[in-house]
Parts: sequence; structure tokens; C-alpha cells
Amino acid sequence: MENLFRNYEEAVALILFSIGFMTLLFHKNLLRKLIGMNIMDSGVYLFLASMGYIYGRRAPIVENGDLSAERYINPVPASLVLTGIVVSVSVTAVMLSLSIRLYERYHTLDLDVIYAAARSRREHR
Amino acid sequence: MEFIRNFPFFSVAVFLFSAVICSVLKPRAARIWTTAAEAVVLAFSLSVLIYTTSGDTFFRYNMGHFDAPWSNQLRAGPVEALAATSFSYVLLMSHIGGIRYAKADIEPKKQSAYCTLLNLVGAALMALSYTNDLFTGYVFLEILTLSSCGVLVIRRAGRTALAATRYMVINLLGSGLFLLGTCLFYGITGHLLMEYIRDGVATLEVTGDYAVPLTVTIGLVCAGLAIKSGLFPFHTWMPDTYGTATPTSSAVLSGIVSKGYIFLLIKIIYRVVGVDSAAMTSARHILYVFGIAGIIMGSIWAMQSAHLNRMIAYSSAAQIGYVFVGIGLGGQAGFTAALFQIIAHGLCKPLLFLSGARLSEASGDSTEFADLQGAAHRNKPAGLAFAVGALSMVGIPTLAGFAVKLFFAAAAVEHGLLVDIATLTALALSTLLNALYFVRTVIRIYTPSGNAPTNGAFAPTDGESARTRDPGLIAAAVGLTAGILLLGLMPGVVSGIISRGLALFA
Repeated sequence: MENLFRNYEEAVALILFSIGFMTLLFHKNLLRKLIGMNIMDSGVYLFLASMGYIYGRRAPIVENGDLSAERYINPVPASLVLTGIVVSVSVTAVMLSLSIRLYERYHTLDLDVIYAAARSRREHR
Repeated sequence: MEFIRNFPFFSVAVFLFSAVICSVLKPRAARIWTTAAEAVVLAFSLSVLIYTTSGDTFFRYNMGHFDAPWSNQLRAGPVEALAATSFSYVLLMSHIGGIRYAKADIEPKKQSAYCTLLNLVGAALMALSYTNDLFTGYVFLEILTLSSCGVLVIRRAGRTALAATRYMVINLLGSGLFLLGTCLFYGITGHLLMEYIRDGVATLEVTGDYAVPLTVTIGLVCAGLAIKSGLFPFHTWMPDTYGTATPTSSAVLSGIVSKGYIFLLIKIIYRVVGVDSAAMTSARHILYVFGIAGIIMGSIWAMQSAHLNRMIAYSSAAQIGYVFVGIGLGGQAGFTAALFQIIAHGLCKPLLFLSGARLSEASGDSTEFADLQGAAHRNKPAGLAFAVGALSMVGIPTLAGFAVKLFFAAAAVEHGLLVDIATLTALALSTLLNALYFVRTVIRIYTPSGNAPTNGAFAPTDGESARTRDPGLIAAAVGLTAGILLLGLMPGVVSGIISRGLALFA
């Protein structure tokens, strides 16, 4: 329990991840699924960012020629977060365009209704 | 010879550049360019395969010439090169085999974009084969997901958008778990290069620190990749996805895309966690159980399908189960069987999808079994190709499927009685069910349609489209059949490369 409070950033990150994961898995509405995916990814980025930060150290930009590693935080998690953001933006864009196509075809974003419509139209290909 | 060490990087780079170039080319030029790129990468992969197997060696390639652990690294040994060769070969064959359908299924102004997407699929598969960095693995995993969604949804007909949405949602769940697992690996070991993580994991296992996070991490990574590759019960997207896409896309998605994820998983088992790690062993046992369930359930659903492409798709779920059973069995024999199955199924499934598409085209574009009666007489090459693929799936000797079953049986008998019985029973049931639905289909397409119970929807005639020659498909069918025969008649050659490679893989 003590560990949980000491690492509250990581704990919050994992709660966010779980909320996002469940939304992506169980929600019927496509847009909400998509929001769930973004919450899930944000949870991971918060986790990475909090893992990479060390209290009392500075951003990894060399100042006054001071090259000692102890002065700066680890820049790798930040670069991973940036890469992750790029990936999730592209995925969001693709999913949004798919949602538009589904909406144009079935006039709803509720996946259950869409499945029922596809079945009733006997679309098997 | 030293120059060959650049080829893994070139394989990725050629596909990436080719993807950019294709987006500005005219459709015909883009198709030719893409075929050339695929052939060049195949030649690169073959050279790396010959270089690494002849010398029984592997090499690392530091990007930007920074030394490890600061560099982003590629690593090529016999197993990686074999996977890359098989992926690029199947990509080339699926592409040329389905050109005719791609022309018909895809809007003219999007034909070049389709080539771009195929190149991106190729680049991602090459990167997954060769990368030695976990986060690079994640990035290319997502590139593979996005580009494979693109090749699926580019056919603007029927329920492709719905199938693609389903595919994406399942894949995003898997990606999320994998990403969290990767971050946890970085958190507890401080590294992203595979060997360095393994050293960290080995130290943690000795000291007993972070035991719970380590188990959770391994679970997350395994679950993520299993979901993405379509292991039972996460296979529900398969019938829609493979059944609705244009044949090249179905062939690529089922033949190599799902295998790319599994190859990364095998790499992680060997090189990130360590094949003998205790936590990994428990995870592999769970994968084994789901694999067995997948084999049986996939076969049962395939038998119940009323449509040809859905049947082939469900059979993919069963075949993915085989790979996971191999991973679960573990040991040299288990992983050899799993990798052999990755290659064998990668050759069979595209052959079935491509020839199946031609057979249904010769039957008034119907995929219902009733309409397919006599289809093999209306299009003889496609009928023959389908028969080869189907009999290989059943496991007839001289074809690749037989060797697969042989390797799995050999791997199973090395274990305890319970595992032995469970694996062999699953193999027997699967062979029986495969025989029931594939042989039934082969008999149906070879039964003359004179006494066909026509559904009224289609009266079988020698239509114009059925007689039209399709040299692309014939070339692909010959190429894929040659591969199946090579694996079936000389399984020792490939399994020898795999087992020698596995010794260097860790």
C-alpha cells in the first residue's frame, strides 16, 4: 500500500490504461472506443514520463558545458513518448476515417446496429 | 562478402523508399516498381540466408555506427534471414497472383496507393524480422497494423469497412498491451536492446527482485502479440477480414502479416526473456492451452462455414493455433515445428485464397459451395492449385502440411504423457476435420456441374471470365506449389536451417 502511494503517478497511469482498455474493448460506440484508445495510450505515456523523471534533476540540455550525467534526467523515455504520440495520432486518423466510412454506409456509429444492418443486408463479402 | 551485412537494412530501406516512390507513379508503373522491389528484397534476404547459414554465423548492424547500447540495432542470423526470405517470397507471389483482382476491386486512382501499402507491409515485416530493439519492434508493429488495415479497406465494397474496424479494434487492444509491456521492460531493466534486457531479466531472476512486475510484463507482451496474431479466442475478426479483402490482401494478411507478429513473439521469448526463464515457461503453457483450443475450434467453425473464403479464414485460426502449440511445447523441437509451420502455412494459405478467388470468379462470383460445383473444370489451373493447397492443409505426404504434422508429433512425444496425449489428439482431430472440409471442397469443385444443385442464383457456364488466362495467378500458383513441394519433400533442409539457426538465435 505504501508503495502504491509512493508511486502514485504510475498507479494513476495504470488506472488510466485500464479505463481506456475497457472502453476500447466493451463500448459499442466507435467514437467512444477511439477516445478509449487515446486514454489508454495517454496512460502509457504518463507511465513513461513519470518513470523517466528524477526529482531534482534538469531537462537533458547541456548547460554551461556541464557534462556530468547526474545533473540531467534520462531523455530516452521522453523520446519514446514522442514516438508513441506519432503512432497514436496516425492510428486515430485511420480509425476516424474508417468511422466516417461506416457512418456514410450505415448512418450510425453503434457497432451492434452496424452488425445487424450488415447481417440484414446479407453482406458476406 | 562484408557488403552483405548491409542487406538487412537495405531490405527495410528499399521497401520504405519504394513506398514513397509508388505514391507518385501511375498504377501500371507502380505495380512494376513494387514487383521489382519485392524481387530485390527477396534476393537480399536469400543472400543473407546463404551468408549466415554457410558460415553458421550471425551479425549485428549498428544503425548510425553508434555502439550498443546506444544504437538502434539490426541482427541477422539464419532464422531471421529465413523468416525474411519466406515473407518476401510470399509477398511477391501474393502480389503477382492477385494483380488481376486488385485491378478489378480497387478504384483506378487508388491503385498506386495499394502498391504503397504493400511496400509498407513489406518494410514492416522486414523490420520485424531483423530488428534487435524492442521499441523499434513496437513502431513497426503499428506500421504493419496500419498498412494491413489499408490493404484491407482499399476495396470499397461490401463490408470491408466494418471488417477493417473490427480488425483495427482487436489490433489496437493488442498494441496497447504490447506497448505497456515494452515500457515495463524498459522500466525494470533500463534497456530496449533485446540482449541487454535479457541480461537484466536474468539478473532479476537470480536476485528475485521485481518478480511480480516481470511476470506481468511477460504476460502483457505475450497477450498483446497473441491477440494481434489472432490466437483463439481473439480470432473473431478473421472471417470478415480475410473473406472481404481483395485476394492479394487476404493472402498477405493471412499468410505473412499474422506470422510477423508471431515471429516477434518467438524473438522476444528467445532473446528478451530467455527461453528457460521460469515466468516465460508459465506464459508458454497458457499459450499452449489456447493453441490447442484454437486448433479444434477453428477446424469446427471452418467445417460449418457455407462460404469458401470464410472456410479458408477459419482454417487460418486453426493453423495459428498450431504455431502457438509449438511455442507452448518449447524446446528445440517445439520452436522448430512452430517456425516450420509459419513458413508452410505462409505458402499454403495464399495459394488457397488466390486460387479460391479464381474458382469463385469462374462460378459467377459466388463463394457458396453449392455454386462452386465443377469450378475446377471451368478453370483447370486454379482447381489444381486449390487441390494442392487443400491437400497440404490436410497433411498428405510429399506436401508441406505433412511435414508440419510430423514435426509437431515429434515435438509432443518429448514431453510428459499428458502433453503428448493432448497434442496428438488435437493433431488427429484437426487432421480429421481438415480432411472433412478440405477434401469435401476439392471433391465438390471436381464434380462435373451437370448434376449440380444450382441455387437459381447462378447457372454454371463456361463464362468469358473463366476462360480468360491469368498468367500472374499461374506464376504465383507455380511458385507457391514449388515451395510447398520443397518443404514437403525435403523438410530436413529447412528444419536443419531452423535448428542450426535457433542455436545462434538466443
